[in-house]
Amino acid sequence: MKIHEYQAKELLAKFGVPTLRGQLAHDADGAAKAFTALGAKVSVVKAQVHAGGRGKAGGVKLVKSADEAKKAAAGMFAKPLVTHQTGPEGAKVRKVWIEEGCEIARELYLGVVLDRAARSPVVMASSEGGVEIEEVAEKHPERILREWFDPLQGLAGYQARRLALKLGLSGDAFKAAVPLLQALAKCFLDKDCSMVEVNPLVVTKAGGLIALDAKVAFDSNGLFRHKDVLAFRDKDEEDARELAASEHGLNWVSLDGDVGCMVNGAGLAMATMDAIKLAGGFPANFLDVGGGATKDQVCAAFKLILKDPKVKAVLVNIFGGIAKCDVIAGGILAAAKEVHLTVPLVVRLEGTNVEIGRKMLEESGMKIHTAKTIDAAAKAVVKAAHGGKA
Amino acid sequence: MSILVGKSTRVLCQGITGEAGKFHTQKAIEYGTCMVGGVTPGKGGTTVDVGGAQLPVFDSVADAVAKTGANASVIYVPAAFAADAILEAIDAKLELVICITEGIPVNDMAKVHRKLADSGTRLVGPNCPGVITPGAFEEGQHKTGCKIGIMPGYIHRPGTIGVVSRSGTLTYEAVWQLTQLGLGQSTCVGIGGDPLPGTNFVDVLRLFEDDPATEGIVMIGEIGGSAEEDAARFIAESVTKPVVGFIAGQSAPPGKRMGHAGAIIAGGKGTAAEKVKALKKAGVTMVNNPAKLGAAMAELLATRK
Repeated sequence: MKIHEYQAKELLAKFGVPTLRGQLAHDADGAAKAFTALGAKVSVVKAQVHAGGRGKAGGVKLVKSADEAKKAAAGMFAKPLVTHQTGPEGAKVRKVWIEEGCEIARELYLGVVLDRAARSPVVMASSEGGVEIEEVAEKHPERILREWFDPLQGLAGYQARRLALKLGLSGDAFKAAVPLLQALAKCFLDKDCSMVEVNPLVVTKAGGLIALDAKVAFDSNGLFRHKDVLAFRDKDEEDARELAASEHGLNWVSLDGDVGCMVNGAGLAMATMDAIKLAGGFPANFLDVGGGATKDQVCAAFKLILKDPKVKAVLVNIFGGIAKCDVIAGGILAAAKEVHLTVPLVVRLEGTNVEIGRKMLEESGMKIHTAKTIDAAAKAVVKAAHGGKA
Repeated sequence: MSILVGKSTRVLCQGITGEAGKFHTQKAIEYGTCMVGGVTPGKGGTTVDVGGAQLPVFDSVADAVAKTGANASVIYVPAAFAADAILEAIDAKLELVICITEGIPVNDMAKVHRKLADSGTRLVGPNCPGVITPGAFEEGQHKTGCKIGIMPGYIHRPGTIGVVSRSGTLTYEAVWQLTQLGLGQSTCVGIGGDPLPGTNFVDVLRLFEDDPATEGIVMIGEIGGSAEEDAARFIAESVTKPVVGFIAGQSAPPGKRMGHAGAIIAGGKGTAAEKVKALKKAGVTMVNNPAKLGAAMAELLATRK
């Protein structure tokens, strides 16, 4: 789960990370008022969307008066913000964060993530602040410092000092860096984060440290024990269909193609998408109905697929293990009765109770194309989507 | 012969009184697995009826091990308590722990790995279908196999192909293709779809390489992480047996979690393309069509003979 920058800063501040004063605004007038309330000579208006790359896309503007703040905010609210992470359609800006400015001497990068290969959380730091870490990793991998830490103990003091020294910090900045680094690691562990990133971390001309930008994301498997984090959830930022699917316990990812898919199991769902692509088509979605799919879930999944106007044909691929083919067939038939099925449907069933399931579909009188293998099913559905007969 | 599980495996079920624990314990017994009891804290001293068999329930894994001589456990405990169940199994010095549970917070698993590293326990999973060594198939039934997990038993046949996979149903798909082509399996291992699995490809590949009963290996990976790249390095150096591979998620977009917690292309890393490239370079026969896994293995074996 992702959260907004202003929420990430609120969270990090609770762990003792220094941030600047700021206010949230939901419209242009609010931005002007926030500027006045902050009373700083210079402030920054920052679009709050769940996507990176805002600066280059015009989502961050330096302003010197309430009027400028209003104009900057109005510009951001007026049209979707298109960054390299949003896709061409962009992200609608619903809130802006107005923050006082500061005098920057140096910009650093700090991040905490899980290193899967090392099976350990790791703090990453770089003197290349304000640049995306992937870019640094590609061009100057030697400039990224790493400190792996024990998930039971957190980042030890000597580890934090080692990083701070290697970053070239001294004096007050060095002293401030040690608890700050430990705070980031603590937040990562305590709140079940999948990422904590401060980029840039600013060394001010006065020698202090400030988290100028912050990005925090959470392991969704850990959310059940963090009510405070769940309160940060902004459903406006989430894909409507992914959200609807999650309410039915379904795993959904919206894609750009025209072949709707319903599969049980994540690996098989990905493999089915691959088979569709190999057959010359492109999937409209990834959908894993899970190992123990119920009739209701199948029915809900079906409706969700058919809601997408792009969908020209649907492929159901089920390998029944725990999920039984007759249950799946029942769900398909129930859904098809409820929603008027206007696009071709290709079904491939295999596994537990497959004969009963196939018979149910055959005897239903519905126009269903059945296939025995994944690639036969993929070829049939792509042909159907492209206007040929399935 | 087989790897990890076989006739000498005596299995405990942690979470046996839950719906999934009970159901799959019954299926395992029907398949021939030696299930010796279960653990549900607070229900020790009772028994649980699994398809007519009465299995003893214990309050702790240590107690269950002492009374039953179990050397393995399978975990169906809910995600919030599963990491603790794994730690308890490690503490009781079980040789093999198979965790089926999906949804364990990854930080919990990072902590488990600290303890696992210093132990003699092998953990398979979490978020996996389990491990199966198929038994002889007679009169429409298996009775001599060892099935620990949620996979449908009937699709398997005893044989010489080792299967290792990060997926559940996609593994069934591959196994079914093999079975239909007359290629039985020595052992099938689901290592699970989480970011921090207890057992990785390399561990299982090493076991298959050393297992005289395994002649060929089917390996099914997916996007995310670098376990397939590690496997490629290991195969190039140490695997002499033919390997057929498939990587799921060639059409997956970056930055999106594809069902499995571990299936995500992050920061441009973990794509299917780079995994396929590494495995091909290591001499693995890669298929880009998941329907061709079985056929590719059959072909590869034929050319070797």
